[in-house]
Amino acid sequence: MSDISDGPVSAGELVLSLRGISKNFGAVSALTEIDLDVHAGEVVALVGDNGAGKSTLVKILAGVHQPTSGTIDFRGKQVTMPDPSAALTLGIATVFQDLALCENLDVVANIFLGKELNPLRLDEVAMEIRAWTLLNELSARIPTVREAVASLSGGQRQTVAIARSLLLDPKVILLDEPTAALGVAQTAEVLNLIDRVRERGLGVLMISHNMEDVRAVADRIVVLRLGRNNGVFEPDASNQELVSAITGAANNAVSRRAERRKAAQAQSQEQRP
Amino acid sequence: MSAEPKQDTSSSTALDRSDVRVKHQAGVGGAISAFFDRVRSGDLGSLPVIVGLVIIWSVFTALNPVFVSSSNLVNLLFDCSTVGVIALGIVCVLMVGEIDLSVGSISGFASAMVGTLWVNQGWPVALAILAALAVGGFIGALYALLFNRLGMPSFVSTLAGLLAVLGLQLYILGSTGSINLPYGSHLVNFGQLLVMPDWLSYALAAVPGIVMLITGLRTVSRRRAVNLSAPSVGGLIVRVAALTILLELIVGYLNQARGIPWMFGLFVGLVVAMNYALTRTQWGRSMTAVGGNREAARRAGIKVRSIYLSAFVMCSMFAALGGVLSAARLASASQQAGTGDVNLNAIAAAVIGGTSLFGGRGSAYSALLGIIVIQSIASGLTLLDLSSSLRYMITGAVLAIAVIVDSLARRSRVSHGRA
Repeated sequence: MSDISDGPVSAGELVLSLRGISKNFGAVSALTEIDLDVHAGEVVALVGDNGAGKSTLVKILAGVHQPTSGTIDFRGKQVTMPDPSAALTLGIATVFQDLALCENLDVVANIFLGKELNPLRLDEVAMEIRAWTLLNELSARIPTVREAVASLSGGQRQTVAIARSLLLDPKVILLDEPTAALGVAQTAEVLNLIDRVRERGLGVLMISHNMEDVRAVADRIVVLRLGRNNGVFEPDASNQELVSAITGAANNAVSRRAERRKAAQAQSQEQRP
Repeated sequence: MSAEPKQDTSSSTALDRSDVRVKHQAGVGGAISAFFDRVRSGDLGSLPVIVGLVIIWSVFTALNPVFVSSSNLVNLLFDCSTVGVIALGIVCVLMVGEIDLSVGSISGFASAMVGTLWVNQGWPVALAILAALAVGGFIGALYALLFNRLGMPSFVSTLAGLLAVLGLQLYILGSTGSINLPYGSHLVNFGQLLVMPDWLSYALAAVPGIVMLITGLRTVSRRRAVNLSAPSVGGLIVRVAALTILLELIVGYLNQARGIPWMFGLFVGLVVAMNYALTRTQWGRSMTAVGGNREAARRAGIKVRSIYLSAFVMCSMFAALGGVLSAARLASASQQAGTGDVNLNAIAAAVIGGTSLFGGRGSAYSALLGIIVIQSIASGLTLLDLSSSLRYMITGAVLAIAVIVDSLARRSRVSHGRA
């Protein structure tokens, strides 16, 4: 397996495998002994409450942070990613929650940032064509690619960031809250896009707070709680199971609220003749 | 359906013109109205500095007609070139959102090095200049090291450098205090006398137009071939004609006196090269990205530390080159070289020319335009026989206005959704 790192990914191959990943920020353990697998052609959803360590995990996989301990295997080979460009070269593309776009550059420049065509004499025409092709594949609604990113809406910026992640033909895509800033139609577009990315045989690791979106696209749902693995679920797991895994208790704010509402409904039905 | 725009119904809609919400300007009229739209939203470019230059020149000409005489303007160009080269380096560091306060000291040190090595030690002049440039680059690399590895703000490290390098300059000049460069040597002739032959200056003035026409036509045909919208050929020809006529008129006027100084030619050549590097290469794109959003640039895989290193090294090397040129201009390397207002003039020139202090916005041409503004003020006040006290006050006021315009334009850009 270790000899084919540059070749095409075979279906169902284990692309990304984390074992015992821990990350400490000073006295705080953001992640403790995390295990995680992503196969080719699979969408893994990473869910958890605020502060569960989801974004930290994504940043480790993107090469932004380095793990304190533990190993990362990419396509059967143990790898280290000292900086973001190392992750990009391996074939791990990331769409960050804050998108990491340069507002003073236009859409084309942002998509090609760091990997411009023809470094000594930028090939603007070829880059613009490729940018339009990528954006049209995503059915993006970007009015013009020669406008600075500062003039785009949140959803448009999200699309630009996703288009950028697809530029280098990655093997794995990490999406940190890809639908948080999007409207109804664009959320559907992004979910379609995730389906299309999976069909192309890529592994997708997606963070989301939106259980509906997670259920709609994920093949497996991995729950983190307080920086630890807290169960793996099938997408048809009940909402209650997921919520109790996320919050760590059967009796939690969500279930209490549901019960209150149920009680209130029952009461109002009783009062009605 | 008849109310729909024509673009929408035509089958040959360009790839980038398929969105009906965007207004697209076509032709010469379209280019003009797009320009006014840009200005109104705060994307001013070099407009404020050109307006300012017109005002300054009108005032000084009204007060003393000698100001616009061709011989005075030729002198102006000689004076521009030295500090202008330093300002070009400042543009580099401002692009990445940093500052170098020690360019004046570095230029003085470089001129002292050339004086000592060439005149006192008898080195070949070219070798002495190369040594000065190398030492300049080394100082820049040191700033980058302090910035990248120790997180020392460039404001502080270069402030320390200002004092330390000034000390070095005084040390190597020793007790004599100043070294005269021999009159008649190539270096001094270059700084004081050498001008281009008329035919060459006319030919060079036509080059920008020709290059613009060729690259413009090539871009248009390439874009049409791949179904992208292309700017109109008519607008391109109008711009090329206007530029060429303007440049030829300026050259013709200056040729009535001595002509275009070679030193100014070197300066403009550096500006053009720098402009190409900043706008048309991957390095320049990375510089702009680092100045706009450092973390985003890092996550895109740009080696941010090397970009900072290149910016600081280029700034210090340009400063050293500017020092060598000013030694040639003054035919001496003295303790006063690079002190006083050199530092501030260089920084002011870059900012007045339109390079933002906030990083990520700027152009090499801002060094050229800015230094012409500053030298015009200096030259005009000298002609009026006014003391340097007034010169400082007026230059200070112009700098303040330039920064105010920059801040206001920035605010307007934010509210109009431009970076």
